[in-house]
Amino acid sequence: MKKYIAAAAVALTAMTGSAFADGHGDYPERPVMLMVSYGAGGATDFQARIVTMTAGNEDALGMPVAIINKPGAGGRVGWNWFATQADADGYTMGAYNIPHFIAQSIEGGVSYSADSFEPIANWGADPAVFVVAADSEFNSMADVVSYATANPGGLTFSGAGLFVGHHIAALQLEKAAGVKLAYIPNSAGGSGAMKAVIAGEVLGGVNNLSDAFRARAAGNVKILGVFDNERNEFMEDVPTMQEQGYDIDNSSVNFRGVMVPKGTPQAIIDDLAATVPEMFANSRVAGKMKAGGSPMHIMTRDEVLEMWAARQVTLTELLAGL
Amino acid sequence: MEFLGYFGEVFTPFSFGLLLIGTIGGLILGATPGLSPTMAVALLIPFTFRLEAAQGLILLGAAYTSTVAGGAVSAILLKIPGAPANIATTLDGHTMAKKGQGARALQLSFLASAVGGVFGVLLLIFLTPVLATWALAFGPSHLFWLAILGVTIIGTLDSSSVVKGLLAGCIGLWLATIGFDDIMGAQRFIFHPSLSGGINVIPALIGLFAIPQVITMFSNGRTQASAEVIKVEPSPIGDAIREIFRRSRSLTIGTLTGSVIGLIPGVGGQIAGLVAYDQSKKFSPERDKFGTGHSEGIIAAESANNAMVGPSLVPLLTLSIPGSPTAAVLLGGLLIHGIFPGSDLFDNHPEVAWTFINSMLIGQILMCIFGLYIAGLAARVAQVPQSVMAATVLGLAVFGSYSVQNSMGDVYVMMTLGTGMYFLERFGFSAAPLVLGLILGPIAEANFIQGSMIANATSGIGQYFFTGPLNVTLLMIVLASVAYSVWMEMRNKRYVTKDDAVSKEEAL
Repeated sequence: MKKYIAAAAVALTAMTGSAFADGHGDYPERPVMLMVSYGAGGATDFQARIVTMTAGNEDALGMPVAIINKPGAGGRVGWNWFATQADADGYTMGAYNIPHFIAQSIEGGVSYSADSFEPIANWGADPAVFVVAADSEFNSMADVVSYATANPGGLTFSGAGLFVGHHIAALQLEKAAGVKLAYIPNSAGGSGAMKAVIAGEVLGGVNNLSDAFRARAAGNVKILGVFDNERNEFMEDVPTMQEQGYDIDNSSVNFRGVMVPKGTPQAIIDDLAATVPEMFANSRVAGKMKAGGSPMHIMTRDEVLEMWAARQVTLTELLAGL
Repeated sequence: MEFLGYFGEVFTPFSFGLLLIGTIGGLILGATPGLSPTMAVALLIPFTFRLEAAQGLILLGAAYTSTVAGGAVSAILLKIPGAPANIATTLDGHTMAKKGQGARALQLSFLASAVGGVFGVLLLIFLTPVLATWALAFGPSHLFWLAILGVTIIGTLDSSSVVKGLLAGCIGLWLATIGFDDIMGAQRFIFHPSLSGGINVIPALIGLFAIPQVITMFSNGRTQASAEVIKVEPSPIGDAIREIFRRSRSLTIGTLTGSVIGLIPGVGGQIAGLVAYDQSKKFSPERDKFGTGHSEGIIAAESANNAMVGPSLVPLLTLSIPGSPTAAVLLGGLLIHGIFPGSDLFDNHPEVAWTFINSMLIGQILMCIFGLYIAGLAARVAQVPQSVMAATVLGLAVFGSYSVQNSMGDVYVMMTLGTGMYFLERFGFSAAPLVLGLILGPIAEANFIQGSMIANATSGIGQYFFTGPLNVTLLMIVLASVAYSVWMEMRNKRYVTKDDAVSKEEAL
């Protein structure tokens, strides 16, 4: 009991603003908040809760992580808040989705860019895949592209909206195959886009690998290709786009990880960059993620910085024509 | 009949305890404005991390069913619909409570919820494969017509005249366009950062219904020296049960409408109650009594919104597609235990699937029992002095709007819309059609744009929207609904002036 009173007292002093966490041995001294810019129950929220569930352990942060959802406008509401209003004291972390926020910042109308945030570590990578209904006549990407060549602009396929991984994948496919396609963004997100494929409203769709994996297990879809550099461990039998002759890299892969606002003390960033990847690597976390069909991909701060910079270049080029 | 074999699971002491906790907790969460069923289930998910899959789902299933019914408590007693599903309940429920019949209104709502709810879960148990095809049958063009069907009832819903109803609906439709448009990528009417995510339905709902009341209560407190004391009439449960069966027409319409509409992904839950209310009003010989504290109104609305619970899970359980936000949260609850909904669920984890479904069945009945038990007690809320009441409702409204997205912006939206609504109500406008516009706007717009994108790439707009049996059927219903309203309007002119509207309000 005494310990809790002491902890509460410490937390109070910290909140009055006199004690500024400076990254010395005692950070963090109160629970840390993780802002998720999507609603409770969505894939990002779900994964964020799993990867932070061991945060209270002594070998991780030593303090629990509380998830705060700030959904709206495809993540823009949360990231705007994070860039402009979040405290840069190390107690406010945010979850990022690449390529979403970089693509949105290139499109404009938001108050953030890749320079507004400091990445800490990456936990997951969910590639986009091309799906068609189980009874579709398409059996490979070649079938899809030859249909599109015969019917320019007539191949309808769904995805989760604009300036998200699915949209990027669609643009890449159009460019690499040199055909005109009809991308139908769905207002109900990935699950709405998947429903459109299964119900036969559209001829195909770009969707998340994890959701497509479940839909295939339920016998509803065929997966024709992965928009990534290599095949995925969840579906070794599905070839990549490159293997099928389309020059498409991993730009559309949905990377998820943790970041802090610009201006957070460097000592705290270094501290988090060292402990957070360790926390993600916990075997309990890996077990839960695998059970949920969510591919993990742990990257350190330096690797993420490199990835962000690379995305900024490819996405600027890809979205220039829009 | 496979589900019978798993009833034992539900009645083990631990599971049954969870079921009780889920039901009672759900009723309380549901009765709290702002805590929609989706939020309540999301709040409970972390507690299921440490439970077995089946036990975790018992908790979630019970909480889901009882929060939907619990929303009626605040709708009836405070005129704050806890979720869009309860909007229609306020129309007759709150007027009844104002007449001192709060206990009767609550009893009717819980009994109707239980009947509708059990029917819905039975549909889920016996007709899942059939329902799954039905859920998939609705494409963008059909959802568009369905939303238009909703628009046709706007004019006749609880306003002093059709024109005012339509005007209120248009305001709602306009409010719905605010924010970032996901399909075209445009930013519309964002004059303040609070609006960048658009207007969330729950804060809008709370503001539009609660704030005008709060202002009225405060102003009454100034003008009337002694606040009016409402006598709460006791209501024997037996009477309520007899009443329910006497009103079997509304009960049937409510239950069937709720089950059918609830099934349609993304639409159902929000409008099932209102459509059922409107339908049973059109079919009732006593249609003039609707809106004045008529029992049929409550029965239709509440049986519909609970009947929707079972069928709304069909797309999730069979196709692995969450058809509603609540279903998406439940999907998280399944995935955390490594269970994939779809054939995997029923083939490899039947104990989880059936225990979950059974718990919803038992949950409906427990919810009804507890609801009836608290009805008499809860109805005494009406005796709370107005000044205290106004302060409490205001507090709940602020708390409820903030909690939806942890956003102060939502609180500003709630206050602004509420204050605006207070003045609109003075002129005979009503909140229900406005909210309906707010809900239907995005459904109609998104599906129209998606549909026309598909149509332009394939068959052409005319063919896409106007051919096919389902399109034609829906179009016919839309036309019939419009024709009926026009005919009714011509037959009995409704009060159209401000004085008429005020005198109507004072008569209540």
